[in-house]
Amino acid sequence: MKRRNFVQASLALGTLGSMVGCATTGRIPNRAKVLVIGGGYGGATAAKYVRMLSNYKIDVVMAEPNTNFVSCPISNLVLGGSRTMGDITTPYDKLSGKHGVTVVKDMVSSIDAAKKTVTLASGATIGYDKLILSPGIDLMWNSIGGLQAANAAGQILQAWKAGPETLALRRQLEAMPDGGVYAITIPLAPYRCPPGPYERASQVASYFKKAKPKSKVLILDANPDVTSKGPLFKKFWAENYQGMLEYRGGHKAMAVDARTNTVKFDVQDDVKAQVLNVLPDMSAGAIAVRSGLANANKRWCDVNYLTFESTAAKDVHIIGDSTLSAPLMPKSGHMANSHGKVVAAAVVAQLSGMEVNPNPVLTNTCYSFVNDKLVVHVASVHQYVAAEKTFKSVPGSGGVSAAPNELEGVYAWNWAQNIWADTLL
Amino acid sequence: MRIKIHLAAALLMGGAASATVAQDASATLHTRALAATCANCHGTDGRTVEGSAIPSLVGMPKSYMIMQFNAFKDGSRPATVMHQLSKGFTDQQIDSIATYFAATKR
Repeated sequence: MKRRNFVQASLALGTLGSMVGCATTGRIPNRAKVLVIGGGYGGATAAKYVRMLSNYKIDVVMAEPNTNFVSCPISNLVLGGSRTMGDITTPYDKLSGKHGVTVVKDMVSSIDAAKKTVTLASGATIGYDKLILSPGIDLMWNSIGGLQAANAAGQILQAWKAGPETLALRRQLEAMPDGGVYAITIPLAPYRCPPGPYERASQVASYFKKAKPKSKVLILDANPDVTSKGPLFKKFWAENYQGMLEYRGGHKAMAVDARTNTVKFDVQDDVKAQVLNVLPDMSAGAIAVRSGLANANKRWCDVNYLTFESTAAKDVHIIGDSTLSAPLMPKSGHMANSHGKVVAAAVVAQLSGMEVNPNPVLTNTCYSFVNDKLVVHVASVHQYVAAEKTFKSVPGSGGVSAAPNELEGVYAWNWAQNIWADTLL
Repeated sequence: MRIKIHLAAALLMGGAASATVAQDASATLHTRALAATCANCHGTDGRTVEGSAIPSLVGMPKSYMIMQFNAFKDGSRPATVMHQLSKGFTDQQIDSIATYFAATKR
């Protein structure tokens, strides 16, 4: 019997492995069997599921700078006014207390894939056997001239990473006089959350309709047309936000002028708005780019989809929005959670000498609120196709809602609560 | 040295028996990961949060779950998303998922 078989048998029999019963706060371990970077939908799920799927035998350390998880899905409802920051915020304490993940509150400053170590911003170094990197997206400030300074000044917000900017953008909308214009610019795909900008515009219009009926919502989209659930959004806008919400495709934002709160395009005339919400191009998370792991067009991370192992570095597994998406695979929280489970199972299998699942499956469901109650969805199932070494959406499966409906409004909120629990509790 | 100790342990356990255990461990891991594709909406191990309109799956009888999957697939049970998601899973995968949740204690 080979060594790996022993480990495998021991895992099954529950005789080997370190039990990390409780989380250590304040003490940073210098080694981890599995080190997870990033506590979003991908990383937190991976951390929890490595613990669960190894029957709590593989120790997991997760590095995450924030004290709480703040969900991007549902955050548009905070802008619309029907949900609060409290509704979309979940602490990380159950991940440590219930699942024995050692949560280290810190940023990662560098990865040494050759030495298999990671250095934190605090200067501490953690060695790993397996690294799971889930850093989300980075906003490419330089893709739009003047944006970084205007954002740093708190004037032109993105609120695409849910958190303080979500609330700040809501305050801007509340402060805007009736008759004002809210404009959102959308970068070329791929970007995080394909239907997100259209849901956001719908939420702002829903708020204006009640509170500031003379105001206007302008969608300035670099893409030629609505990139997700297009017919559903456009029909709802025409029937409910006529004269209030205007969609303009093919508008690629190039620069902003903070002095006049104006956005400039490559072709079209400048647009001035009272509230400007500018979304720049997006890339894999900064730590992935900086570490040379964004090997697809220097922007996204190419992975072996069976295990999510980077094609650039051994034993570094990359999941979530940072990955070079497989065909029809959205950059979504639900998808990142799905990645987290596939990578957890693969890493547990590899560390235990078991066979990696040859047929992993991913699912995705994205709900969008078109007002405070009505919802439309897009859903898909992605099976691994060995011959093509990628995930493909199953022909004949998946699809969108027939029409916005209240029942899916209930399910969408329940989806959020269940996926937050699945990811963090 | 460690390998020697492991070898000794393996001999004590018996090669054939541990190989079966190993296979079972792999199969169990793969099934758990497959069933986890439901957890995004139906909760970890099929346990939803309290008051959820999305049903829990834990402890659901196997034959009932397979019947529901098929009813979603052929459209005889109306749905908001499950008629679309069910079509993405093979009969074998549905069988594994249903077996897993039926065997998981409430």
